[in-house]
Amino acid sequence: MSGDWTERLTTGLWKDNPGLVQLLGLCPLLAVTSTFVNGVGLGIATLLVLTFSNALVSATRRWIRQEIRIPIYVLIIASLVTCVELIFKAWFPTLDRSLGIFIPLIVTNCAIVARAEIFASRNPVGASIADGLGMGAGFAALLMALGAFRELIGHASIAGFSFADSGFLLVILPPGAFLALALAVALKNRIDGRPGR
Amino acid sequence: MSGQGIVRTGLTLAAIAAICTSLVAATYQATHERIAANEKALLEQSLEPALSGLFYDSGVSESRLVLRPPHALPGNDPALIYRVFAGSEPVAALFAVTARDGFSGPIRVLVGVEFDGSVTGIRILQHRETPGLGDRIESTRTDWVFQFEGRSIGDPALTGWAIRGDGGEFDQLTGASVTPRAVIKAIRDTLLYFDANRDAIFAAPATVEDD
Repeated sequence: MSGDWTERLTTGLWKDNPGLVQLLGLCPLLAVTSTFVNGVGLGIATLLVLTFSNALVSATRRWIRQEIRIPIYVLIIASLVTCVELIFKAWFPTLDRSLGIFIPLIVTNCAIVARAEIFASRNPVGASIADGLGMGAGFAALLMALGAFRELIGHASIAGFSFADSGFLLVILPPGAFLALALAVALKNRIDGRPGR
Repeated sequence: MSGQGIVRTGLTLAAIAAICTSLVAATYQATHERIAANEKALLEQSLEPALSGLFYDSGVSESRLVLRPPHALPGNDPALIYRVFAGSEPVAALFAVTARDGFSGPIRVLVGVEFDGSVTGIRILQHRETPGLGDRIESTRTDWVFQFEGRSIGDPALTGWAIRGDGGEFDQLTGASVTPRAVIKAIRDTLLYFDANRDAIFAAPATVEDD
């Protein structure tokens, strides 16, 4: 059982990383990663929604008929996102303001509905939670890495503390997001493709 | 699908919808007071800097005037005016107005005007200007907005309310001239409005929230 958990977690974090390998949820990924703190915020929000939606979808899977599964996924995901948004507004108002529309937009993150459909609707609750945690953490880690990288190069600061007057502007602009993601994907492929693996 | 099947499916959907709705309702109940308090605190906190240390003892956010368009202030969305008093003496007015002619989309500007007509402070509330160029109008990036403090209509004269490149008296931002031009115009028009309507502004009763 514990081996199963480890496998689920590493699958999400590395082997099948939703951002790096499946290239899902790119809209928020590219839009909010201009700073590290934004990456952390959206990463945690997505992780929470993904874990709970996997748990709920898996727990209700025996009663849900094939024909209505998609509306039910949408209902569950939309409610969870609304809850997370309210919680952010109440306890992390600064973060909520800097993430803006991208918290409600987690609803449209296809990584979440994909995990509900591919995994949670066919597996027991425990495994689904592990899968949600793994995939969520993988997505969050990528958001944080891109955020940190773009903030470091573009704003010349680390987690909000700037050490130089100006950075390399291109990296914070939208094309910079694509370039940074491409570098991350290339880096992962390079590591995976190393001989002997 | 048989008739019975449809009923069962419908009931399942209804049950899940009910559960999800109660989940959201419960979260709302648990958070709405905190959210309202946060919003009020944020408003007071964002108005504060435009008052630059003036003495006042009134709650700023309670004295709000909402002008629905069309109005004579810059922008064609609702303009907000917060009146600031010390006792019953008017001290200053804060205007939240919109510059429509920015480089990318509207720029929401907060203009603080002292009773004598001079600027107490300017802050940019909202904008979508280019990062690294136009966004240097933000007080956290450069001190560009601070050059307006203490200035008024007549200091400089009306033609001086422009960037140096256009023959005016105010600094521009390298690589961005559309943005400063729009902001300066919004400030100038707000000051003109204040000069023409000062007594009416402080005499008007606060707008009652209708939403």
